[in-house]
Amino acid sequence: MTLPLTIDKITAHYGTTKVLEDLSLTVGEGELVSLLGASGCGKTTTLRLVAGFLQPTSGSIRLGDKDLTRLPAYSRDIGLVFQNYALFPHLSVRDNVGFGLKQRKVATAERHTRSMAMLERVGLAHLADRLPGELSGGQKQRVALARALVIEPPLLMFDEPLSNLDAKLRVDMRVEIRQLQRANGTTALYVTHDQEEAFSISDRVAIMNQGRIMQLDTPEMLYQRPANAFVARFVGFENLIALKVTARDEEMVTAAAQDGSTVTLSQERLGPIPDEFILAARPEGLTVSEDPAAEGLPATLGLRTYLGRVYQYQCETGAGHLIANGSLATPLEPGSTVKLVPNQDQCAILKPE
Amino acid sequence: MTTRIHPLLIVLTVLVYIFLIGPLIIIFGASVSDTSYLAFPPQGLTLHWFENIWQISAFRRTIITSLQVALLGTGLALLIGIPAAYALNRYRVQLPGWLSTVFVLPILVPEIVIGFSLLRSINVGAGVPVFVTLLIGHTLLVLPYVVRVISAALASFDFSIEEAAISLGSRPAKTFFTIVLPNVRSGVIAAFILAFITSINDVSVSLFLTGPGISTLPIQILAHVEQFFDPTIASVSVLLMVLTIIVMIIVERTLGLTIVTK
Repeated sequence: MTLPLTIDKITAHYGTTKVLEDLSLTVGEGELVSLLGASGCGKTTTLRLVAGFLQPTSGSIRLGDKDLTRLPAYSRDIGLVFQNYALFPHLSVRDNVGFGLKQRKVATAERHTRSMAMLERVGLAHLADRLPGELSGGQKQRVALARALVIEPPLLMFDEPLSNLDAKLRVDMRVEIRQLQRANGTTALYVTHDQEEAFSISDRVAIMNQGRIMQLDTPEMLYQRPANAFVARFVGFENLIALKVTARDEEMVTAAAQDGSTVTLSQERLGPIPDEFILAARPEGLTVSEDPAAEGLPATLGLRTYLGRVYQYQCETGAGHLIANGSLATPLEPGSTVKLVPNQDQCAILKPE
Repeated sequence: MTTRIHPLLIVLTVLVYIFLIGPLIIIFGASVSDTSYLAFPPQGLTLHWFENIWQISAFRRTIITSLQVALLGTGLALLIGIPAAYALNRYRVQLPGWLSTVFVLPILVPEIVIGFSLLRSINVGAGVPVFVTLLIGHTLLVLPYVVRVISAALASFDFSIEEAAISLGSRPAKTFFTIVLPNVRSGVIAAFILAFITSINDVSVSLFLTGPGISTLPIQILAHVEQFFDPTIASVSVLLMVLTIIVMIIVERTLGLTIVTK
């Protein structure tokens, strides 16, 4: 069984501090949606509201047709996976997994069969009689996953489940989590501060800031078409350049920066460009060119850093401080005057704010 | 290569051990001395003074009273202290900082003052029976230890474990007994032992709260030495020590002594 989750206009306070404002979010049946943001953005609060550990000031939370808003946490029937595993230290691995079934009054024999089957799926059947203290971090998180899945919840929630694991294991585990979630077709809400993790595992990602969702979209769209400056910066568009259109035809647009220097952009590649806009460019979206005739923003180079595949330059321009990449073939000295030419595949258009 | 140990260090170590163990040996020796006064080294060997404890009815009665008060008082303190320690830790962020200090106050107030105020207010003032007053006094006396020791156990308890249980369908009250309590079991046992020993050895609080017909063992010991100077006192002390040692051995065997000392 799997159900869609609907969060409708919830506002939440800690004391008098507003931590969530008018937040709405729908997670479709079998979909995995991540809440992504820095600490304090409200992502964990959202999860705890859905889990029932916190109460919203206003708004409602529904799972399928069932209104969860006033339901106590113990009757919400949600599988939860915690950052610090939260296994019961005094119970064996098998009893940890069987705990939820015991609360549901499943008979002992069936409980053991189902717990063992679930442990089999996460590859830990051979550790069923151990205590959690004897397991490694990765094994603990697998037990936690099995414990959450065995009750066959209509909704699974993950609260930074991989933060305590080392880098290599983190990558393996997120693939495993995704496979299990897919195989069961369980609706899932996933909280993380790790962009790569969120993008690799999710159908859609909600980027959050100060208790609001800044943009909810597929990872591809977030990465290529950020909706605002916050999301653009978040996904690596480090340069935000204000431009005004001076000439346009069907496809090509010429736009000028404050200092009068111009760039030419293609609407076919970047989408419709309004008369006033912000060009968001990743460092690889601005190429350093020594050719004085090139059409771009004039810049004076500052510090050069070596990134392996490219050199990266801190640049001073009429449009402010920018970061651009240059080829390894021609390392340039600080103080050189160059042009920064937009590489449109690594740029996006934002409306001015 | 061997490490040279300074001779002075050896001397100091021996002196410290003599200082710690000496009195115990003297009491033990005196308790088996075949003299009608406290003597060390013991002259002769007899168990007469141990027998004598049972001959004197005041000792029999007060041992029973002491055990009753210690068990009931410690039980009451656990009933109050466990929920208090739980709440203080669970809601640490929401609760004001001074609240946990309140539970330490009985340690800060001189015990004699506690005894005297209880006598004035509830025994004489409100007419509460002597035994009940004594029980309240001992509960108050040991409560800080209970709250402290269990708080220490709960400090390392991860409350997300409790949330995990609740999310799996366990009601909060049931979760407390099936998940929280089993994980602070050693803290509860340590608190029990510490409280029990504190209560059974207490003089200051009991001094005011014992009345006609009801007394505790330490008060009876005090009364006895005021009148007699025979080795019965030494044998009572040995009994108390043996009792404590037995408790410690049980704890050491089952849980490890570190839970009491840490």
